[in-house]
Amino acid sequence: MDLIWEGISQAFWLLIRGDPEVVRVTLLTLQVSGSATLLSVLIGIPLGTVLALTRFPGRSLAISLVNTGMGLPPVVVGLFVAVMLWRNGPFGFFGIMYSPLAMVIAQVVIAGPLVTGLTTAAIQQLPPMLRLQIEALGASRWQMVLLLMREAKLPLLAALIAGFGGVVSEIGASMMVGGNILGQTRVLTTATAMEVSKGNFGLAMALGIILLVVAYLVNLVFTMAQQRGRPQP
Amino acid sequence: MSEAILRLEDIALRRSGGLVLSDISLELYRDEMLTLLGPNGSGKSTLLHVIGLLRRPNHGTIYFHGQPVPWDGDLLSLRRRMATVFQQPLLLDTTVAGNVALGLRLRGVSNAEAQPRVGSWLDRLGIASLAGRSARQLSGGEAQRVSLARALVIEPEVLLLDEPFKELDTPTREALVEELKGVLQETRTTTVFVTHDRTEALRLSDRVAVLHNGHLLQTGTTEEVFNRPASHEVAAFVGVETILPGRIIAAQDGVATVEVADGRALAVASELPAGMRVLVCIRPEDVTLYADGAAGSTSAQSSARNRFPGRITQVQQRGSLYSILVDCGFPLAALVTKQSLVELNLVPGRQVEASFKATAAHVIQRGS
Repeated sequence: MDLIWEGISQAFWLLIRGDPEVVRVTLLTLQVSGSATLLSVLIGIPLGTVLALTRFPGRSLAISLVNTGMGLPPVVVGLFVAVMLWRNGPFGFFGIMYSPLAMVIAQVVIAGPLVTGLTTAAIQQLPPMLRLQIEALGASRWQMVLLLMREAKLPLLAALIAGFGGVVSEIGASMMVGGNILGQTRVLTTATAMEVSKGNFGLAMALGIILLVVAYLVNLVFTMAQQRGRPQP
Repeated sequence: MSEAILRLEDIALRRSGGLVLSDISLELYRDEMLTLLGPNGSGKSTLLHVIGLLRRPNHGTIYFHGQPVPWDGDLLSLRRRMATVFQQPLLLDTTVAGNVALGLRLRGVSNAEAQPRVGSWLDRLGIASLAGRSARQLSGGEAQRVSLARALVIEPEVLLLDEPFKELDTPTREALVEELKGVLQETRTTTVFVTHDRTEALRLSDRVAVLHNGHLLQTGTTEEVFNRPASHEVAAFVGVETILPGRIIAAQDGVATVEVADGRALAVASELPAGMRVLVCIRPEDVTLYADGAAGSTSAQSSARNRFPGRITQVQQRGSLYSILVDCGFPLAALVTKQSLVELNLVPGRQVEASFKATAAHVIQRGS
């Protein structure tokens, strides 16, 4: 119990004092995971919509691959991205290993399938005749797609929330391609793990609590946007 | 008949191996109400989707005002001249007014121009008070009214109705059918109406196309199809009643006098007022035939208000019974047993007297 209280009070003081290191780590976490979520949404929502609305050979295979991707272990993703970005790897010449950009790439690989798969499900749960009705009222292809997305806005926001939640909490990939470098690639999860390994349980608790609060606040914003559009019973 | 807006030529459509539609040729004329009548699974909804240019047939050509429909070209501008109302209201998650404005917004109509049009149609369908309500909070009847308003506000050249009343309870359906009929007659909207309900078909159509197993069995005016079914399948589905179009020329004490042909008037039990156009339906089992001359002696004691001399034009066996078609100045079908057939010597050309009670006739309102 002492550890928990110590953690909470330490977190409180770290935030009140505006400890520069903690602030930097927190901001980098938001930056990396925020960019990764944004990119995943930009890729995943159109891709998921296409998978939901079109018919082509191999579509079932594509959907099953995406669904498998929704459960990729971050450590495996980190390993895969690390191999690609390694100095001697195929994309080594970019020289972005151990940079925030590398972390964003790894997190997109984690969140992209999540957003894509949940988007496909969100569009497919709409009544099948709705698409025909919208077309019958004179919608062009684009108007039809946008209207369907608007109809699915609640589950689409859930896809975004799941994507952010998936990357802000992962550690394996960030550690592997970021390296937990002080002032450069240290984020809340890697910092927490490091403090635990050093035996600084209080500081680790503090970082953990900050991570929870940050994740909670971000999700609160999304959830409020989502529930505002919820139909009344 | 005026010009054909749409002409379907030799349409066929396949789905997962089987033919859903085949050999469909059909015309839709300006200002008419055409009903696609058929049992469930006959392909009538699919045919409606093809007519609405929502599904491309595997074979055949559709002409829109004489021009073949360009399936790979500008389909949207043709589709925008039509509107469809489906079985389910399929409203979007916004307000009632927002739903009704949808078709106009998709066509780029400005808000300022759309609002009065939306308002007038909400008014016309009796849902003006619901304008600001969420579409998720409506009853089935209200939602279907919104769906109708959403299609009508577009003022489509062709209105397509895919069994829009199927999921409504009877009183709601009755009210809506009457109102819709009034609106369609007033706006003279060309309509294709899909239904499996023969009474709805009788009430709402000028012409009927009977569909069965993806084939068009018969197309003709409502009276033609119902009185002279072209085949057993059609007869089995539309029934074998005599259906006579007419006008109520007098109405008193619950009995209406309906003129159905020159100088021929029927007495029928109905509360409808004089001047109304109606269809009178008479089941053949309710019609009694008398050998000519015999009727005079019994007429005093009979409660049958309708007695007409006529000549037998056709005798057809239907199972163990016989269907006798009598020309009384209007066609009238009677169903008799083999015994009667023999005793009364009912053969084509023979003079008989046909009679039925005013309460045996079923009256369907067509308009005023």
